[in-house]
Amino acid sequence: MIKVEGLYKSFGSLEVLKEINAEIKEGEVVVVIGPSGSGKSTFLRCLNLLETPTKGKITIAQDEITSAKYNPQKLRSEVGMVFQHFHLFPHMTTLENVTYAPIKVKGKSKKEAEQLGLDLLKKVGLSEKANEYPNRLSGGQKQRVAIARALAMEPSVMLFDEPTSALDPEMVKEVLDVMKSLAQTGMTMMIVTHEMGFAREVADRVIFMDEGMLVEEAQPLDFFSAPKTERAQNFLQKVL
Amino acid sequence: MDFQQIIPSMPYILQGIWVTLQIVLIAGLLGFAIGIILSLFKIGRISFLRWFADAYTSIFRGTPLVLQLMIIYYASPQLFGTQIEAYTAAILSFGLNSAAYISEIIRAGIQAVDKGQKEAAMALGVPYNKMMKDVILPQAMKNILPALMNEFITLTKESAIVTVIGVTDIMRRAYIVGSDKFAFLEPLLFAGLIYYLMVLVLTFAGKWVEGRMRRSD
Repeated sequence: MIKVEGLYKSFGSLEVLKEINAEIKEGEVVVVIGPSGSGKSTFLRCLNLLETPTKGKITIAQDEITSAKYNPQKLRSEVGMVFQHFHLFPHMTTLENVTYAPIKVKGKSKKEAEQLGLDLLKKVGLSEKANEYPNRLSGGQKQRVAIARALAMEPSVMLFDEPTSALDPEMVKEVLDVMKSLAQTGMTMMIVTHEMGFAREVADRVIFMDEGMLVEEAQPLDFFSAPKTERAQNFLQKVL
Repeated sequence: MDFQQIIPSMPYILQGIWVTLQIVLIAGLLGFAIGIILSLFKIGRISFLRWFADAYTSIFRGTPLVLQLMIIYYASPQLFGTQIEAYTAAILSFGLNSAAYISEIIRAGIQAVDKGQKEAAMALGVPYNKMMKDVILPQAMKNILPALMNEFITLTKESAIVTVIGVTDIMRRAYIVGSDKFAFLEPLLFAGLIYYLMVLVLTFAGKWVEGRMRRSD
């Protein structure tokens, strides 16, 4: 589904990603962990070209998205993204947030988009909030709407950039539950998170990054019980 | 003070309201339209357009409005090959001048919109034009409404300088009545009252619109 070969990314003289190689299969749930500043988010953002890679090749569903001829708009209806700070459109209601892109980007009719939108809001447990503005929602509710909004474009891959890091502790679970049920539908997912329990339970594979490099890749059970590299051992000691 | 003597002339001065309103309204819309375009130039990627918009703003903000007005009116035969009407010259110069200020207001408003909004729109595949129109500008407008209202209020008051090119607005009419009666204080005070009331109405209208736009808060 996703293939990353020799990915480099620099901001000025700062090298954030160095020689990343990775592959994600269809239906796989991959969790990316690592200390802050390790380049996890940048890696994720490169996958939908919110950051332009400095060097390297990324292929998503047979399309080489890093080629100069590739149209990023096409990619973005293929890859959904959920942000740490939700980024809902504050001047639109919950339902309008979800239906905006299907109508304006995919050209769906308003009726069709609203049907889809209401279905998705129901899936994330927020049917009754369809006509509320985002400012009336809690953080957890906002993030669930953001997930519904990304799903409304019917992507084949979902990227999550620290989706629970900005939430109050009591709201983390409701968002993780939505993500869990999404994983069960066979969605290909790549998740940057600090929720180790979630990683252990839901991930098919864990990628550990440090200082811009992909340091270790393993099954969650192996990784959490017996990390191979010293850097992963140190990191896990600090967070567990 | 004797306001009795100007009572017969009051309707004449009051008729100037329409002249002033017309100039302010059309110039305001013109300034707003050009202002949006200039602000998009300023935040855009094309360096020539950025340079043009910056130079435009710099020149119109850096010279007196009355100079711009007089250049457009008195030099119009040289500029446009024909003498334009005072009324047109007034609208044109106020519109072009306020565009410079409004473009700065809108640019600041756009840049104050959270960067995440742009990223969220991009991640959904929303093309740049639609993103600006549907996502960024509506939020920017809400932020800048007070500043924009201020600009329209300034425009209303500053419009009084059209009197120098002979447009019979409120100000000019008050002056004409004054020189007619050999008493300037009363008609000028009356004109001042009219301007003040117009500004009050604008202020309230602005507050009302602001309130409506805050529904989503």
